[in-house]
Amino acid sequence: MADRDKQVGAAAIPLPHQAAPPAALRDKRVAAGIAALVFVAVLIGGAFLGLVIESAGDFSGALAAFDSYLFRVVRFTLWQALLSTFLSVLPALFVARALSRHPGFFGRSFILQLFAVPLALPAIVAALGVLALYGRAGYFAEMLTKIGGQDWPGIYGLSGILVAHVFFNLPLCVRLFLEALQTVPADQWRLASQLGMSARPAFRFIEWPALRQALPGVAGLVFMLCITSFTIVLILGGGPRATTLEVAIYQALRFDFDPARAVALTLLQILLTFAVVALLSRLGANTTAEASLSVAPRRYLSIGNGEVALNVLLILLALLFVAGPMVATIAAGLQSELARLAGERAVHLATTTSAALAFLSALLATALSLSLTMARRGLATQRGRNGGRSLLEYATDTGAGFVLVVPPIVIGAGWFLLLRHIGSAFAIAPVMVVAVNAIMAMPFALRAVRPAYDAASERHERLCAQLGITGWARLKLIDWPVLRRPLATAFAFAMALSLGDLGVIALFGSDSLQTLPYLLLARMGSYRTADAAGLALFLGLVCFALILLADRLGKERSS
Amino acid sequence: MTADMPARQGASLRLDKTTFSYGQTRLAFDAEFPAGEITAVMGPSGSGKSTLLNLVAGFEIPLSGHVLINGLDFSAASPSERPVSMVFQENNLFAHLDVFRNVGLGISPSLALTAADRMAIADALARTGLTGKEKRLPRELSGGERQRVALARALVRDRPVLLLDEPFASLGPALREDMLDLVAAVQAERKMTTLFVTHQPEDARRVAAHVVFLENGTVAATGRAHDFFSANGPAAFRRYAGAMNGE
Repeated sequence: MADRDKQVGAAAIPLPHQAAPPAALRDKRVAAGIAALVFVAVLIGGAFLGLVIESAGDFSGALAAFDSYLFRVVRFTLWQALLSTFLSVLPALFVARALSRHPGFFGRSFILQLFAVPLALPAIVAALGVLALYGRAGYFAEMLTKIGGQDWPGIYGLSGILVAHVFFNLPLCVRLFLEALQTVPADQWRLASQLGMSARPAFRFIEWPALRQALPGVAGLVFMLCITSFTIVLILGGGPRATTLEVAIYQALRFDFDPARAVALTLLQILLTFAVVALLSRLGANTTAEASLSVAPRRYLSIGNGEVALNVLLILLALLFVAGPMVATIAAGLQSELARLAGERAVHLATTTSAALAFLSALLATALSLSLTMARRGLATQRGRNGGRSLLEYATDTGAGFVLVVPPIVIGAGWFLLLRHIGSAFAIAPVMVVAVNAIMAMPFALRAVRPAYDAASERHERLCAQLGITGWARLKLIDWPVLRRPLATAFAFAMALSLGDLGVIALFGSDSLQTLPYLLLARMGSYRTADAAGLALFLGLVCFALILLADRLGKERSS
Repeated sequence: MTADMPARQGASLRLDKTTFSYGQTRLAFDAEFPAGEITAVMGPSGSGKSTLLNLVAGFEIPLSGHVLINGLDFSAASPSERPVSMVFQENNLFAHLDVFRNVGLGISPSLALTAADRMAIADALARTGLTGKEKRLPRELSGGERQRVALARALVRDRPVLLLDEPFASLGPALREDMLDLVAAVQAERKMTTLFVTHQPEDARRVAAHVVFLENGTVAATGRAHDFFSANGPAAFRRYAGAMNGE
């Protein structure tokens, strides 16, 4: 012991570095964040470059593309988004209120979980579910023919788009509104019951103020989702009368090969989304909202029989509307020749391709979000309590969310046009699919990773600084054990988003590169509806399982 | 490039006209801390005690002035480059690593440990009364044991300056006295120049040879602990201690 003491005790004071580089550059985390930002910037910048080169080469052509057709498309884009928002938000207000009035009935938590499913469902699967129910050959066709007295024409066009959008967004709105209602303090309810408030004044004085506060944000989110909706409109929209900007861009590139028109459409789409986002941020909307519902508090109000009946009816209708397409997807999928599909080479190939692309894309999305999270935290701790945030820190923070403003189809279109000059755009299709899907999933992955990392950093930052734990050692010893679960959550979620996506692949897909959604679209196009239904069931189940996994991993972390 | 210096004599520590600010609050410290002895840093909340320690440890960089350790300027050095160990009030340990590894990180930040390192860790754990608890996770330890692990890590780091930022504030009185005695014993062996932030005058009396009293972000009084706690100690300190006793 004494000997050791002497040995260890021969302590030395290291000389301080006289010219240390700035702290920001020494932190490898910041470097990682810069790399991530550069990647995103190149991806988006390259797309814009493609658009600029194209429009500069054919300026008059791009100008000529601003014709009456184009304005009809813009009008329809806005109109369907407005109607979809209205039809999702208004019923959701009352369904959410009905659910909040009855916090304890049997099956309530099942309904809430069911209402979370559409978020996980790929749009193409949902569109097929809607068709399987309300389409010309759908389960309801016969009944609707009898009621209408003539052959049911199917639900293509505006009505189809609206039904699918409401299917997606009504449950989302219900969950968000319910969350808003649950922020009402229990004491207010106690007070209301003491004052003997009946349903009407309780709504006016307690529920409505909470709902009204959430309303602009929720409506804005839905409007944004509907204005950038691609897959639903592609599948359910019918011809030039029911086309949105995103679908028109796709058609201009894939069918008409009219780059000038594609540029004009893309510019309009960007302008439109930026205008909407600017408007939304003024309203205080959160464009990546997420509802987390805890157990509802006990209520003290007595509710009249008439209202109970009305509430039950409302909840039942919403349940049927949301469950319908899901049940139809399952039923139609089971009716298809699943065994034959499972043996098909094309299906095998598409499954492998999808799995590989989604895996890489999820990996990239997770790495990007981790890099941005680390850089943001690193910059924030260096800044300390003094000084404002630098542009870099802002970019790693709020800036990352802005990629959602640039529709994937626009990025795809830009690169498609750019690469056309160099060689075949289809050659780098896999890279495009992986990269674009990754940055589209990134904002959601960030939501899973950042809170966990920041909380761990809050505890460990000074300790790591003092002990000199940096770089790889820090990632392996300190951060990885804490972040394993949140990273897995982010990965599973990103993979589900990427698996179900039919954005970039619609542009870049070809016979040599087919993902499951692309194959599904191809089967629909060749009227092999049963095959499409079978594939939809498969795809839907895989995505659902992944989201369930992500949710499970996330919950265990927080408990 | 190292300046050889036996730890047994402790290192001289000086804050040379250092200034710092956060928000509207401005702080200015100019003080010398006796080498190889324990100095209690006391003062009301917000007087700058933690900031003073953070400046020495390198978690804050002074706006002007110098942090001198054995005459060398460490003002801009990163925390891990400084010959300093610090024990915080909480979060001294990585929650997912066991006791042995938490101490081991004090020797190698990538946990690349030699046989000699492992022996040094075992010695330090024995010295702090933690033998047999090597495999425990922090959540399986009591509050006092967690701080013992932090102290064991400071021992294996063997840096000539030790900073203690209210490390025992959340412990009960009996346990706190045990820990103070441990600190005093370890310090007597290693002769680290120790700054000890505390709110409790009796803690300072128990272990500190010197007292630095801060008020409004600057040093209001310094002196030997014996003089400080006598009837004719500095007026500012007597007001503070009196107010504390009156509570």
